[in-house]
Amino acid sequence: MLRFLARSPQGLIGGLIVLTAALVALGAPLWAPFDPFAVDLPARLQPPLSAVASGGYHLLGTDAVGRDILSRLIYGSRVSLSVGLAAVFVGAAFGSLIGCLSGYFGGLVELVSSWLIDVQLSFPFLLLAIFLLATFGGGTLIIVAILALGTWVNYARIVRGQVLSIKHQDYIEAAHAAGVGPLRLILVHILPNTLSPVIVVAGFSMAQAILTEAGLSFLGVGIDPTIPSWGTMLNDGRDYLQSAWWISTFPGIAIGITVLGISLLGDSLRDLLDPRGAR
Amino acid sequence: MTPPLLTVENLSIAFGTRDKRLPVVSDVSFGVAPGEALGIVGESGSGKSLSMLSVLRLLPASATVGATRFEFDGRDLLSLDDAGIRALRGREIAMIFQDPLAALNPVLTIGRQISEIARRHFGISRAQALRRAAELLAAVGVPDPAGRLKQYPHQFSGGMRQRVMIAMALAGQPRLLIADEPTTALDVTVQAEIIGMIKRLQADLGMTIVWVTHDLALLTRIATRVLVMYAGRIVEDASTEDLFACPRHPYTKALLGSIPGAGQGRSRALPARPPDPANPEPGCPFAPRCPEATDRCRIEAPALVQQGDAGRVACWNAS
Repeated sequence: MLRFLARSPQGLIGGLIVLTAALVALGAPLWAPFDPFAVDLPARLQPPLSAVASGGYHLLGTDAVGRDILSRLIYGSRVSLSVGLAAVFVGAAFGSLIGCLSGYFGGLVELVSSWLIDVQLSFPFLLLAIFLLATFGGGTLIIVAILALGTWVNYARIVRGQVLSIKHQDYIEAAHAAGVGPLRLILVHILPNTLSPVIVVAGFSMAQAILTEAGLSFLGVGIDPTIPSWGTMLNDGRDYLQSAWWISTFPGIAIGITVLGISLLGDSLRDLLDPRGAR
Repeated sequence: MTPPLLTVENLSIAFGTRDKRLPVVSDVSFGVAPGEALGIVGESGSGKSLSMLSVLRLLPASATVGATRFEFDGRDLLSLDDAGIRALRGREIAMIFQDPLAALNPVLTIGRQISEIARRHFGISRAQALRRAAELLAAVGVPDPAGRLKQYPHQFSGGMRQRVMIAMALAGQPRLLIADEPTTALDVTVQAEIIGMIKRLQADLGMTIVWVTHDLALLTRIATRVLVMYAGRIVEDASTEDLFACPRHPYTKALLGSIPGAGQGRSRALPARPPDPANPEPGCPFAPRCPEATDRCRIEAPALVQQGDAGRVACWNAS
Protein backbone atom coordinates (compact mmCIF):
# COMPACT_ATOMS: atom_id res chain seq x y z
CA MET A 1 0.00 0.00 0.00
CA LEU A 2 2.70 2.46 0.99
CA ARG A 3 4.88 1.38 -1.89
CA PHE A 4 1.96 1.84 -4.20
CA LEU A 5 1.23 5.34 -2.96
CA ALA A 6 4.87 6.25 -3.40
CA ARG A 7 4.60 5.40 -7.09
CA SER A 8 1.38 7.33 -7.60
CA PRO A 9 1.85 11.04 -6.92
CA GLN A 10 -1.90 11.65 -7.11
CA GLY A 11 -2.62 8.97 -4.56
CA LEU A 12 0.19 10.23 -2.37
CA ILE A 13 -1.13 13.78 -2.33
CA GLY A 14 -4.68 12.57 -1.76
CA GLY A 15 -3.56 10.20 0.95
CA LEU A 16 -1.57 12.92 2.74
CA ILE A 17 -4.53 15.30 2.63
CA VAL A 18 -6.93 12.68 3.94
CA LEU A 19 -4.47 11.57 6.61
CA THR A 20 -3.94 15.17 7.73
CA ALA A 21 -7.68 15.81 7.82
CA ALA A 22 -8.22 12.64 9.82
CA LEU A 23 -5.47 13.52 12.30
CA VAL A 24 -6.80 17.04 12.67
CA ALA A 25 -10.28 15.71 13.35
CA LEU A 26 -9.15 13.00 15.75
CA GLY A 27 -6.86 15.23 17.78
CA ALA A 28 -8.95 18.39 17.61
CA PRO A 29 -8.53 19.38 21.29
CA LEU A 30 -4.75 19.06 20.94
CA TRP A 31 -4.35 21.29 17.91
CA ALA A 32 -6.98 23.93 18.57
CA PRO A 33 -5.30 27.04 20.04
CA PHE A 34 -8.54 28.35 21.56
CA ASP A 35 -11.87 27.09 22.79
CA PRO A 36 -14.03 27.04 19.66
CA PHE A 37 -17.08 28.04 21.68
CA ALA A 38 -15.45 30.90 23.66
CA VAL A 39 -17.21 34.12 22.77
CA ASP A 40 -15.02 37.21 23.00
CA LEU A 41 -17.09 40.15 21.87
CA PRO A 42 -14.37 42.81 22.09
CA ALA A 43 -12.26 40.73 19.72
CA ARG A 44 -14.98 40.20 17.12
CA LEU A 45 -14.22 40.27 13.40
CA GLN A 46 -10.47 40.32 13.91
CA PRO A 47 -8.55 39.72 10.68
CA PRO A 48 -6.10 36.81 10.39
CA LEU A 49 -2.80 37.05 12.31
CA SER A 50 -4.16 39.47 14.88
CA ALA A 51 -2.65 39.28 18.36
CA VAL A 52 -4.66 38.25 21.37
CA ALA A 53 -4.48 40.16 24.62
CA SER A 54 -3.90 37.02 26.66
CA GLY A 55 -1.05 35.91 24.37
CA GLY A 56 -0.97 34.09 21.04
CA TYR A 57 -2.57 34.95 17.73
CA HIS A 58 -5.89 34.44 15.98
CA LEU A 59 -4.09 32.92 12.99
CA LEU A 60 -7.18 32.91 10.81
CA GLY A 61 -9.01 35.74 12.56
CA THR A 62 -12.26 35.68 14.52
CA ASP A 63 -15.92 35.60 13.59
CA ALA A 64 -18.81 37.92 14.39
CA VAL A 65 -18.84 37.01 18.11
CA GLY A 66 -15.07 36.79 18.51
CA ARG A 67 -14.60 33.01 18.26
CA ASP A 68 -11.29 31.79 16.86
CA ILE A 69 -11.76 30.67 13.24
CA LEU A 70 -8.87 28.20 13.24
CA SER A 71 -10.16 26.43 16.33
CA ARG A 72 -13.62 26.23 14.89
CA LEU A 73 -12.25 24.90 11.61
CA ILE A 74 -10.36 22.18 13.48
CA TYR A 75 -13.42 21.14 15.44
CA GLY A 76 -15.59 21.48 12.36
CA SER A 77 -13.52 18.87 10.54
CA ARG A 78 -14.87 16.30 12.99
CA VAL A 79 -18.42 16.91 11.90
CA SER A 80 -17.67 17.07 8.19
CA LEU A 81 -15.53 13.95 8.09
CA SER A 82 -17.61 11.79 10.39
CA VAL A 83 -20.85 12.73 8.70
CA GLY A 84 -19.33 12.08 5.28
CA LEU A 85 -17.84 8.76 6.34
CA ALA A 86 -20.98 7.55 8.05
CA ALA A 87 -23.14 8.57 5.10
CA VAL A 88 -20.88 6.68 2.70
CA PHE A 89 -20.92 3.55 4.86
CA VAL A 90 -24.66 3.52 5.24
CA GLY A 91 -25.27 4.34 1.60
CA ALA A 92 -22.75 1.83 0.28
CA ALA A 93 -23.94 -0.94 2.56
CA PHE A 94 -27.61 -0.44 1.77
CA GLY A 95 -27.05 0.16 -1.94
CA SER A 96 -24.74 -2.83 -2.35
CA LEU A 97 -27.17 -5.06 -0.52
CA ILE A 98 -30.06 -4.03 -2.75
CA GLY A 99 -27.93 -4.27 -5.88
CA CYS A 100 -26.62 -7.67 -4.93
CA LEU A 101 -30.01 -9.14 -4.15
CA SER A 102 -31.50 -7.67 -7.28
CA GLY A 103 -28.69 -8.93 -9.51
CA TYR A 104 -28.48 -12.37 -7.96
CA PHE A 105 -32.10 -13.31 -7.58
CA GLY A 106 -33.68 -11.31 -10.40
CA GLY A 107 -37.43 -11.67 -10.82
CA LEU A 108 -39.63 -10.02 -8.24
CA VAL A 109 -36.69 -8.81 -6.14
CA GLU A 110 -35.28 -7.06 -9.16
CA LEU A 111 -38.65 -5.53 -10.00
CA VAL A 112 -39.13 -4.10 -6.52
CA SER A 113 -35.60 -2.77 -6.27
CA SER A 114 -35.63 -1.10 -9.66
CA TRP A 115 -38.94 0.47 -8.72
CA LEU A 116 -37.32 1.79 -5.53
CA ILE A 117 -34.42 3.15 -7.57
CA ASP A 118 -36.75 4.88 -10.01
CA VAL A 119 -38.72 6.47 -7.19
CA GLN A 120 -35.49 7.67 -5.61
CA LEU A 121 -34.15 9.08 -8.85
CA SER A 122 -37.33 10.90 -9.75
CA PHE A 123 -37.16 12.98 -6.57
CA PRO A 124 -35.13 16.19 -6.63
CA PHE A 125 -32.61 15.42 -3.90
CA LEU A 126 -32.36 18.85 -2.34
CA LEU A 127 -36.11 19.16 -2.10
CA LEU A 128 -36.35 15.77 -0.46
CA ALA A 129 -33.53 16.63 1.92
CA ILE A 130 -35.07 19.93 2.98
CA PHE A 131 -38.48 18.32 3.33
CA LEU A 132 -37.14 15.55 5.54
CA LEU A 133 -35.07 17.96 7.61
CA ALA A 134 -38.06 20.21 8.06
CA THR A 135 -40.16 17.24 9.15
CA PHE A 136 -37.71 15.49 11.46
CA GLY A 137 -35.60 18.47 12.46
CA GLY A 138 -31.86 18.80 11.92
CA GLY A 139 -29.42 16.50 13.59
CA THR A 140 -26.38 14.46 12.76
CA LEU A 141 -28.22 11.16 12.42
CA ILE A 142 -30.87 12.60 10.14
CA ILE A 143 -28.21 14.21 7.99
CA VAL A 144 -26.36 10.91 7.66
CA ALA A 145 -29.57 9.14 6.72
CA ILE A 146 -30.43 11.77 4.13
CA LEU A 147 -26.98 11.70 2.56
CA ALA A 148 -27.12 7.91 2.43
CA LEU A 149 -30.53 8.17 0.82
CA GLY A 150 -29.04 10.38 -1.84
CA THR A 151 -26.22 7.99 -2.75
CA TRP A 152 -27.40 4.41 -2.31
CA VAL A 153 -28.84 4.33 -5.81
CA ASN A 154 -25.38 4.68 -7.33
CA TYR A 155 -24.11 1.65 -5.45
CA ALA A 156 -27.20 -0.38 -6.15
CA ARG A 157 -26.92 0.15 -9.88
CA ILE A 158 -23.21 -0.54 -10.07
CA VAL A 159 -23.32 -3.60 -7.85
CA ARG A 160 -26.30 -5.01 -9.72
CA GLY A 161 -24.50 -4.71 -13.03
CA GLN A 162 -21.40 -6.33 -11.59
CA VAL A 163 -23.34 -9.17 -10.03
CA LEU A 164 -25.15 -9.83 -13.29
CA SER A 165 -21.89 -10.36 -15.10
CA ILE A 166 -20.12 -12.15 -12.26
CA LYS A 167 -22.81 -14.68 -11.50
CA HIS A 168 -22.30 -16.33 -14.87
CA GLN A 169 -18.56 -16.66 -14.45
CA ASP A 170 -17.15 -20.16 -14.30
CA TYR A 171 -15.80 -19.65 -10.81
CA ILE A 172 -19.27 -19.04 -9.46
CA GLU A 173 -20.45 -22.19 -11.19
CA ALA A 174 -17.44 -23.98 -9.75
CA ALA A 175 -18.32 -22.75 -6.27
CA HIS A 176 -21.86 -24.00 -6.85
CA ALA A 177 -20.46 -27.34 -7.90
CA ALA A 178 -18.38 -27.46 -4.72
CA GLY A 179 -21.52 -27.20 -2.61
CA VAL A 180 -21.30 -23.57 -1.49
CA GLY A 181 -24.66 -22.23 -0.28
CA PRO A 182 -26.31 -19.11 -1.75
CA LEU A 183 -25.59 -16.76 1.16
CA ARG A 184 -21.90 -17.65 1.23
CA LEU A 185 -21.78 -17.48 -2.52
CA ILE A 186 -23.01 -13.90 -2.45
CA LEU A 187 -20.94 -12.71 0.48
CA VAL A 188 -17.65 -14.50 -0.16
CA HIS A 189 -17.54 -15.09 -3.88
CA ILE A 190 -19.56 -12.36 -5.53
CA LEU A 191 -19.42 -9.26 -3.30
CA PRO A 192 -15.60 -8.98 -3.12
CA ASN A 193 -15.54 -8.97 -6.91
CA THR A 194 -17.81 -5.93 -6.98
CA LEU A 195 -15.72 -4.07 -4.46
CA SER A 196 -13.34 -2.05 -6.59
CA PRO A 197 -15.97 0.02 -8.44
CA VAL A 198 -17.82 0.44 -5.15
CA ILE A 199 -14.71 1.91 -3.55
CA VAL A 200 -14.20 4.32 -6.41
CA VAL A 201 -17.80 5.46 -6.11
CA ALA A 202 -17.43 5.64 -2.34
CA GLY A 203 -14.50 8.00 -2.72
CA PHE A 204 -16.41 10.36 -4.92
CA SER A 205 -19.61 10.15 -2.95
CA MET A 206 -17.78 10.82 0.30
CA ALA A 207 -16.50 14.00 -1.28
CA GLN A 208 -19.99 14.75 -2.43
CA ALA A 209 -21.47 13.95 0.98
CA ILE A 210 -19.15 16.48 2.62
CA LEU A 211 -20.15 19.06 0.05
CA THR A 212 -23.84 18.34 0.47
CA GLU A 213 -23.61 18.45 4.25
CA ALA A 214 -21.87 21.81 3.98
CA GLY A 215 -24.52 22.98 1.56
CA LEU A 216 -27.38 21.94 3.82
CA SER A 217 -25.72 23.51 6.84
CA PHE A 218 -25.13 26.64 4.80
CA LEU A 219 -28.84 26.73 4.05
CA GLY A 220 -29.41 26.48 7.78
CA VAL A 221 -31.24 23.16 7.69
CA GLY A 222 -28.29 20.89 8.44
CA ILE A 223 -26.24 20.27 11.51
CA ASP A 224 -27.27 22.03 14.72
CA PRO A 225 -25.85 25.55 14.19
CA THR A 226 -24.26 25.66 17.65
CA ILE A 227 -21.90 22.84 16.69
CA PRO A 228 -19.05 24.18 14.60
CA SER A 229 -19.14 22.61 11.16
CA TRP A 230 -17.67 23.87 7.92
CA GLY A 231 -21.09 24.37 6.44
CA THR A 232 -22.44 26.39 9.36
CA MET A 233 -19.26 28.47 9.36
CA LEU A 234 -19.82 29.34 5.73
CA ASN A 235 -23.28 30.41 6.72
CA ASP A 236 -22.00 32.45 9.66
CA GLY A 237 -19.79 34.48 7.38
CA ARG A 238 -22.42 35.18 4.77
CA ASP A 239 -23.40 38.59 6.18
CA TYR A 240 -19.78 39.69 6.47
CA LEU A 241 -18.44 38.63 3.09
CA GLN A 242 -17.54 42.24 2.21
CA SER A 243 -16.18 43.30 5.58
CA ALA A 244 -14.66 40.10 6.98
CA TRP A 245 -13.88 37.72 4.11
CA TRP A 246 -11.96 35.29 6.30
CA ILE A 247 -14.99 33.94 8.12
CA SER A 248 -16.32 32.15 5.04
CA THR A 249 -13.16 31.82 3.02
CA PHE A 250 -11.22 29.49 5.29
CA PRO A 251 -13.97 26.89 5.75
CA GLY A 252 -14.48 27.06 1.98
CA ILE A 253 -10.80 26.32 1.40
CA ALA A 254 -10.92 23.49 3.95
CA ILE A 255 -13.88 21.92 2.17
CA GLY A 256 -12.20 22.28 -1.21
CA ILE A 257 -8.91 20.72 -0.16
CA THR A 258 -10.53 17.84 1.72
CA VAL A 259 -12.85 17.00 -1.15
CA LEU A 260 -9.95 17.13 -3.59
CA GLY A 261 -7.84 14.87 -1.37
CA ILE A 262 -10.58 12.29 -1.02
CA SER A 263 -11.21 12.25 -4.75
CA LEU A 264 -7.52 11.77 -5.55
CA LEU A 265 -7.19 8.99 -3.02
CA GLY A 266 -10.37 7.27 -4.17
CA ASP A 267 -9.18 7.32 -7.73
CA SER A 268 -5.84 5.71 -7.01
CA LEU A 269 -7.38 3.21 -4.61
CA ARG A 270 -9.21 1.76 -7.57
CA ASP A 271 -5.92 0.82 -9.18
CA LEU A 272 -4.57 -0.56 -5.94
CA LEU A 273 -7.56 -2.74 -5.18
CA ASP A 274 -7.69 -4.46 -8.51
CA PRO A 275 -5.75 -7.68 -7.96
CA ARG A 276 -5.48 -8.20 -11.69
CA GLY A 277 -3.65 -4.91 -12.07
CA ALA A 278 0.08 -4.82 -12.57
CA ARG A 279 2.12 -5.17 -9.44
CA MET B 1 -20.97 -57.32 -9.87
CA THR B 2 -20.93 -54.37 -7.49
CA PRO B 3 -23.84 -51.98 -7.80
CA PRO B 4 -23.00 -48.92 -9.89
CA LEU B 5 -22.07 -45.69 -8.13
CA LEU B 6 -24.01 -43.61 -10.62
CA THR B 7 -27.07 -44.95 -12.40
CA VAL B 8 -28.68 -43.02 -15.21
CA GLU B 9 -31.72 -44.40 -17.00
CA ASN B 10 -33.53 -42.63 -19.81
CA LEU B 11 -32.17 -39.23 -18.94
CA SER B 12 -33.56 -36.45 -21.08
CA ILE B 13 -32.86 -32.76 -20.90
CA ALA B 14 -34.77 -30.07 -22.73
CA PHE B 15 -34.57 -26.32 -22.77
CA GLY B 16 -37.29 -23.76 -23.26
CA THR B 17 -40.89 -23.31 -22.29
CA ARG B 18 -43.71 -25.82 -22.21
CA ASP B 19 -44.93 -25.12 -25.73
CA LYS B 20 -41.53 -24.77 -27.35
CA ARG B 21 -39.09 -27.28 -25.96
CA LEU B 22 -35.71 -28.04 -27.45
CA PRO B 23 -34.61 -31.54 -26.52
CA VAL B 24 -30.83 -31.56 -26.17
CA VAL B 25 -30.32 -34.90 -24.44
CA SER B 26 -32.66 -37.85 -24.96
CA ASP B 27 -32.85 -41.40 -23.62
CA VAL B 28 -29.38 -41.51 -22.19
CA SER B 29 -28.78 -44.56 -20.00
CA PHE B 30 -25.55 -45.69 -18.42
CA GLY B 31 -24.01 -46.76 -15.16
CA VAL B 32 -20.65 -45.95 -13.64
CA ALA B 33 -19.12 -48.67 -11.47
CA PRO B 34 -17.07 -47.72 -8.42
CA GLY B 35 -13.42 -47.22 -9.32
CA GLU B 36 -14.16 -47.07 -13.03
CA ALA B 37 -12.79 -44.44 -15.37
CA LEU B 38 -15.49 -43.70 -17.89
CA GLY B 39 -14.88 -41.49 -20.89
CA ILE B 40 -17.67 -39.61 -22.63
CA VAL B 41 -16.79 -38.37 -26.06
CA GLY B 42 -18.75 -36.31 -28.53
CA GLU B 43 -18.61 -33.09 -30.51
CA SER B 44 -19.73 -29.71 -29.23
CA GLY B 45 -23.46 -29.73 -28.56
CA SER B 46 -23.72 -33.50 -28.27
CA GLY B 47 -25.04 -33.13 -24.72
CA LYS B 48 -22.09 -34.67 -22.93
CA SER B 49 -21.39 -31.70 -20.64
CA LEU B 50 -25.08 -31.06 -20.00
CA SER B 51 -25.61 -34.65 -18.92
CA MET B 52 -22.81 -34.32 -16.41
CA LEU B 53 -23.96 -30.92 -15.14
CA SER B 54 -27.39 -32.42 -14.58
CA VAL B 55 -25.86 -34.97 -12.19
CA LEU B 56 -25.08 -32.08 -9.82
CA ARG B 57 -28.28 -30.25 -10.77
CA LEU B 58 -26.24 -27.34 -12.08
CA LEU B 59 -28.29 -26.72 -15.20
CA PRO B 60 -29.97 -23.33 -15.58
CA ALA B 61 -33.58 -23.03 -14.45
CA SER B 62 -34.80 -23.06 -18.05
CA ALA B 63 -33.78 -26.70 -18.42
CA THR B 64 -36.15 -29.54 -17.65
CA VAL B 65 -34.59 -32.82 -16.64
CA GLY B 66 -36.38 -36.15 -16.64
CA ALA B 67 -35.23 -39.70 -16.03
CA THR B 68 -36.73 -43.00 -14.99
CA ARG B 69 -33.75 -43.56 -12.70
CA PHE B 70 -31.12 -41.02 -11.75
CA GLU B 71 -29.25 -42.19 -8.71
CA PHE B 72 -25.93 -41.63 -7.06
CA ASP B 73 -25.08 -44.34 -4.52
CA GLY B 74 -28.75 -45.20 -4.14
CA ARG B 75 -29.90 -41.59 -3.65
CA ASP B 76 -32.30 -40.12 -6.16
CA LEU B 77 -30.63 -37.01 -7.56
CA LEU B 78 -33.86 -35.52 -8.88
CA SER B 79 -35.79 -35.60 -5.63
CA LEU B 80 -33.01 -34.50 -3.25
CA ASP B 81 -33.74 -31.15 -1.58
CA ASP B 82 -31.37 -28.20 -1.99
CA ALA B 83 -29.47 -28.91 1.21
CA GLY B 84 -29.11 -32.53 0.18
CA ILE B 85 -27.70 -31.73 -3.24
CA ARG B 86 -25.37 -29.12 -1.75
CA ALA B 87 -24.04 -31.72 0.65
CA LEU B 88 -23.31 -33.92 -2.34
CA ARG B 89 -21.64 -31.23 -4.43
CA GLY B 90 -17.93 -31.07 -3.82
CA ARG B 91 -18.11 -33.65 -1.07
CA GLU B 92 -19.14 -36.81 -2.90
CA ILE B 93 -19.20 -35.60 -6.48
CA ALA B 94 -16.62 -33.03 -7.51
CA MET B 95 -16.22 -31.33 -10.82
CA ILE B 96 -13.24 -29.98 -12.69
CA PHE B 97 -14.12 -27.36 -15.26
CA GLN B 98 -12.77 -26.80 -18.70
CA ASP B 99 -11.27 -23.37 -18.33
CA PRO B 100 -8.96 -23.06 -15.34
CA LEU B 101 -8.48 -19.38 -16.09
CA ALA B 102 -12.13 -18.62 -15.54
CA ALA B 103 -12.99 -21.15 -12.88
CA LEU B 104 -10.94 -19.58 -10.09
CA ASN B 105 -12.22 -16.52 -8.27
CA PRO B 106 -9.77 -13.68 -9.04
CA VAL B 107 -10.18 -11.86 -5.74
CA LEU B 108 -9.69 -14.74 -3.33
CA THR B 109 -6.36 -16.38 -2.54
CA ILE B 110 -5.78 -19.95 -3.65
CA GLY B 111 -5.53 -21.04 -0.02
CA ARG B 112 -8.87 -19.46 0.75
CA GLN B 113 -10.56 -21.17 -2.18
CA ILE B 114 -9.23 -24.63 -1.42
CA SER B 115 -9.65 -24.43 2.33
CA GLU B 116 -13.20 -23.14 1.99
CA ILE B 117 -14.28 -26.44 0.50
CA ALA B 118 -12.48 -28.46 3.13
CA ARG B 119 -14.06 -26.35 5.87
CA ARG B 120 -17.49 -26.47 4.33
CA HIS B 121 -17.57 -30.23 4.13
CA PHE B 122 -15.58 -31.32 7.15
CA GLY B 123 -16.18 -28.52 9.65
CA ILE B 124 -12.49 -28.18 10.47
CA SER B 125 -10.71 -25.05 11.69
CA ARG B 126 -9.18 -22.49 9.37
CA ALA B 127 -5.64 -23.52 10.29
CA GLN B 128 -6.38 -27.20 9.75
CA ALA B 129 -8.03 -26.44 6.43
CA LEU B 130 -5.02 -24.43 5.29
CA ARG B 131 -2.69 -27.27 6.22
CA ARG B 132 -4.91 -29.60 4.27
CA ALA B 133 -4.87 -27.20 1.31
CA ALA B 134 -1.07 -27.20 1.36
CA GLU B 135 -1.06 -31.02 1.35
CA LEU B 136 -3.44 -31.04 -1.59
CA LEU B 137 -1.32 -28.59 -3.54
CA ALA B 138 1.71 -30.75 -2.88
CA ALA B 139 -0.24 -33.81 -4.04
CA VAL B 140 -1.10 -32.18 -7.36
CA GLY B 141 2.50 -31.16 -7.91
CA VAL B 142 2.49 -27.46 -7.12
CA PRO B 143 5.94 -26.45 -5.86
CA ASP B 144 6.22 -24.45 -2.61
CA PRO B 145 2.60 -25.14 -1.60
CA ALA B 146 2.68 -23.19 1.66
CA GLY B 147 3.89 -20.05 -0.10
CA ARG B 148 1.51 -20.49 -3.01
CA LEU B 149 -1.51 -20.56 -0.69
CA LYS B 150 -1.26 -16.83 -0.16
CA GLN B 151 -1.21 -16.05 -3.88
CA TYR B 152 -4.03 -15.07 -6.21
CA PRO B 153 -5.04 -16.98 -9.35
CA HIS B 154 -3.43 -14.46 -11.71
CA GLN B 155 -0.05 -15.37 -10.25
CA PHE B 156 -0.41 -18.94 -11.52
CA SER B 157 0.24 -20.28 -15.02
CA GLY B 158 -2.51 -22.15 -16.89
CA GLY B 159 -1.20 -25.59 -16.01
CA MET B 160 -0.71 -24.62 -12.39
CA ARG B 161 -4.26 -23.26 -12.25
CA GLN B 162 -5.62 -26.53 -13.52
CA ARG B 163 -3.64 -28.28 -10.79
CA VAL B 164 -5.21 -25.90 -8.29
CA MET B 165 -8.63 -26.74 -9.69
CA ILE B 166 -7.90 -30.40 -9.20
CA ALA B 167 -6.70 -29.75 -5.66
CA MET B 168 -10.00 -27.95 -5.03
CA ALA B 169 -11.91 -30.87 -6.45
CA LEU B 170 -10.01 -33.26 -4.19
CA ALA B 171 -10.55 -31.11 -1.10
CA GLY B 172 -13.91 -32.76 -0.44
CA GLN B 173 -12.43 -36.24 -0.91
CA PRO B 174 -15.09 -37.04 -3.48
CA ARG B 175 -16.00 -40.52 -4.60
CA LEU B 176 -16.89 -39.40 -8.10
CA LEU B 177 -14.81 -36.90 -10.01
CA ILE B 178 -16.33 -35.38 -13.12
CA ALA B 179 -13.72 -33.86 -15.38
CA ASP B 180 -15.24 -31.71 -18.10
CA GLU B 181 -12.53 -31.28 -20.73
CA PRO B 182 -10.01 -30.35 -18.05
CA THR B 183 -7.05 -30.32 -20.39
CA THR B 184 -8.54 -28.61 -23.43
CA ALA B 185 -7.17 -25.18 -22.51
CA LEU B 186 -3.68 -26.52 -21.87
CA ASP B 187 -0.78 -27.23 -24.16
CA VAL B 188 0.11 -30.81 -24.98
CA THR B 189 2.98 -31.39 -22.57
CA VAL B 190 1.03 -29.96 -19.66
CA GLN B 191 -1.95 -32.08 -20.78
CA ALA B 192 0.16 -35.22 -20.49
CA GLU B 193 1.34 -34.24 -17.00
CA ILE B 194 -2.19 -33.53 -15.80
CA ILE B 195 -3.52 -36.79 -17.20
CA GLY B 196 -0.71 -38.76 -15.58
CA MET B 197 -1.39 -37.04 -12.30
CA ILE B 198 -5.13 -37.69 -12.37
CA LYS B 199 -4.51 -41.37 -13.16
CA ARG B 200 -2.12 -41.62 -10.24
CA LEU B 201 -4.55 -39.86 -7.90
CA GLN B 202 -7.33 -42.15 -9.05
CA ALA B 203 -5.27 -45.20 -8.21
CA ASP B 204 -4.17 -43.78 -4.86
CA LEU B 205 -7.57 -42.56 -3.72
CA GLY B 206 -9.80 -45.14 -5.39
CA MET B 207 -11.87 -42.45 -7.05
CA THR B 208 -14.37 -43.01 -9.79
CA ILE B 209 -13.85 -40.73 -12.76
CA VAL B 210 -16.05 -39.54 -15.57
CA TRP B 211 -13.97 -37.76 -18.17
CA VAL B 212 -15.85 -35.66 -20.68
CA THR B 213 -13.98 -34.65 -23.81
CA HIS B 214 -14.17 -34.23 -27.56
CA ASP B 215 -10.74 -35.79 -27.92
CA LEU B 216 -11.09 -39.52 -28.44
CA ALA B 217 -7.34 -40.08 -28.60
CA LEU B 218 -7.00 -38.64 -25.11
CA LEU B 219 -9.36 -41.22 -23.65
CA THR B 220 -7.09 -44.15 -24.52
CA ARG B 221 -4.79 -42.87 -21.83
CA ILE B 222 -7.44 -42.55 -19.13
CA ALA B 223 -10.68 -44.37 -19.69
CA THR B 224 -11.43 -48.05 -19.38
CA ARG B 225 -14.81 -47.61 -21.05
CA VAL B 226 -16.07 -45.00 -23.50
CA LEU B 227 -19.53 -43.64 -24.26
CA VAL B 228 -19.83 -41.98 -27.64
CA MET B 229 -22.54 -39.34 -27.77
CA TYR B 230 -24.09 -37.80 -30.84
CA ALA B 231 -26.91 -35.28 -30.96
CA GLY B 232 -27.95 -35.88 -27.36
CA ARG B 233 -27.92 -39.69 -27.57
CA ILE B 234 -25.47 -42.41 -26.77
CA VAL B 235 -24.57 -44.09 -30.04
CA GLU B 236 -21.95 -46.48 -28.78
CA ASP B 237 -20.81 -47.83 -25.44
CA ALA B 238 -17.77 -50.09 -25.39
CA SER B 239 -14.55 -50.78 -23.57
CA THR B 240 -11.74 -48.56 -24.75
CA GLU B 241 -9.88 -51.46 -26.34
CA ASP B 242 -12.90 -52.72 -28.25
CA LEU B 243 -13.83 -49.25 -29.36
CA PHE B 244 -10.44 -48.65 -30.91
CA ALA B 245 -10.01 -52.17 -32.21
CA CYS B 246 -13.42 -52.51 -33.84
CA PRO B 247 -15.65 -49.48 -33.73
CA ARG B 248 -19.22 -50.43 -34.58
CA HIS B 249 -21.03 -47.17 -35.05
CA PRO B 250 -20.22 -45.19 -38.22
CA TYR B 251 -19.86 -42.05 -36.10
CA THR B 252 -17.23 -43.71 -33.92
CA LYS B 253 -15.45 -44.86 -37.04
CA ALA B 254 -15.53 -41.32 -38.33
CA LEU B 255 -14.18 -40.00 -35.05
CA LEU B 256 -11.36 -42.51 -35.11
CA GLY B 257 -10.70 -41.68 -38.73
CA SER B 258 -10.35 -38.02 -37.87
CA ILE B 259 -7.54 -38.56 -35.39
CA PRO B 260 -4.36 -37.48 -37.13
CA GLY B 261 -2.00 -40.37 -37.63
CA ALA B 262 -4.37 -43.01 -36.28
CA GLY B 263 -6.24 -44.02 -39.42
CA GLN B 264 -4.97 -45.11 -42.78
CA GLY B 265 -3.05 -42.28 -44.37
CA ARG B 266 -4.75 -38.92 -44.13
CA SER B 267 -7.29 -38.10 -41.50
CA ARG B 268 -10.79 -37.62 -42.81
CA ALA B 269 -13.32 -35.02 -41.76
CA LEU B 270 -17.05 -35.61 -41.50
CA PRO B 271 -19.24 -33.96 -44.09
CA ALA B 272 -21.95 -31.46 -43.24
CA ARG B 273 -23.04 -30.26 -39.82
CA PRO B 274 -24.64 -31.93 -36.80
CA PRO B 275 -28.43 -31.77 -36.62
CA ASP B 276 -30.25 -28.81 -35.17
CA PRO B 277 -32.17 -29.80 -32.01
CA ALA B 278 -34.86 -27.24 -32.91
CA ASN B 279 -35.81 -29.13 -36.08
CA PRO B 280 -35.60 -32.84 -35.35
CA GLU B 281 -36.00 -35.09 -38.36
CA PRO B 282 -37.26 -38.64 -38.21
CA GLY B 283 -34.80 -41.45 -38.38
CA CYS B 284 -31.30 -41.79 -37.04
CA PRO B 285 -29.88 -38.37 -36.19
CA PHE B 286 -26.58 -39.34 -37.76
CA ALA B 287 -28.11 -40.55 -41.02
CA PRO B 288 -27.56 -37.30 -43.01
CA ARG B 289 -23.82 -37.53 -42.42
CA CYS B 290 -23.48 -41.29 -42.37
CA PRO B 291 -21.62 -42.99 -45.24
CA GLU B 292 -23.42 -46.28 -44.52
CA ALA B 293 -26.95 -44.89 -44.22
CA THR B 294 -29.79 -46.86 -45.78
CA ASP B 295 -33.44 -45.97 -46.34
CA ARG B 296 -34.37 -47.51 -43.02
CA CYS B 297 -31.94 -45.16 -41.20
CA ARG B 298 -33.76 -42.13 -42.61
CA ILE B 299 -37.16 -43.28 -41.42
CA GLU B 300 -36.64 -45.00 -38.11
CA ALA B 301 -34.17 -44.21 -35.32
CA PRO B 302 -32.22 -47.22 -34.02
CA ALA B 303 -32.23 -47.93 -30.29
CA LEU B 304 -29.11 -48.52 -28.23
CA VAL B 305 -28.91 -52.32 -28.08
CA GLN B 306 -26.60 -54.67 -26.27
CA GLN B 307 -24.23 -56.51 -28.62
CA GLY B 308 -23.35 -59.58 -26.58
CA ASP B 309 -20.31 -58.74 -24.42
CA ALA B 310 -19.08 -56.10 -26.77
CA GLY B 311 -21.07 -53.17 -25.38
CA ARG B 312 -24.02 -51.28 -26.83
CA VAL B 313 -24.50 -49.70 -30.24
CA ALA B 314 -27.32 -47.66 -31.76
CA CYS B 315 -27.08 -48.54 -35.44
CA TRP B 316 -29.17 -50.68 -37.78
CA ASN B 317 -26.06 -51.92 -39.55
CA ALA B 318 -24.17 -52.94 -36.42
CA SER B 319 -25.24 -56.56 -36.03
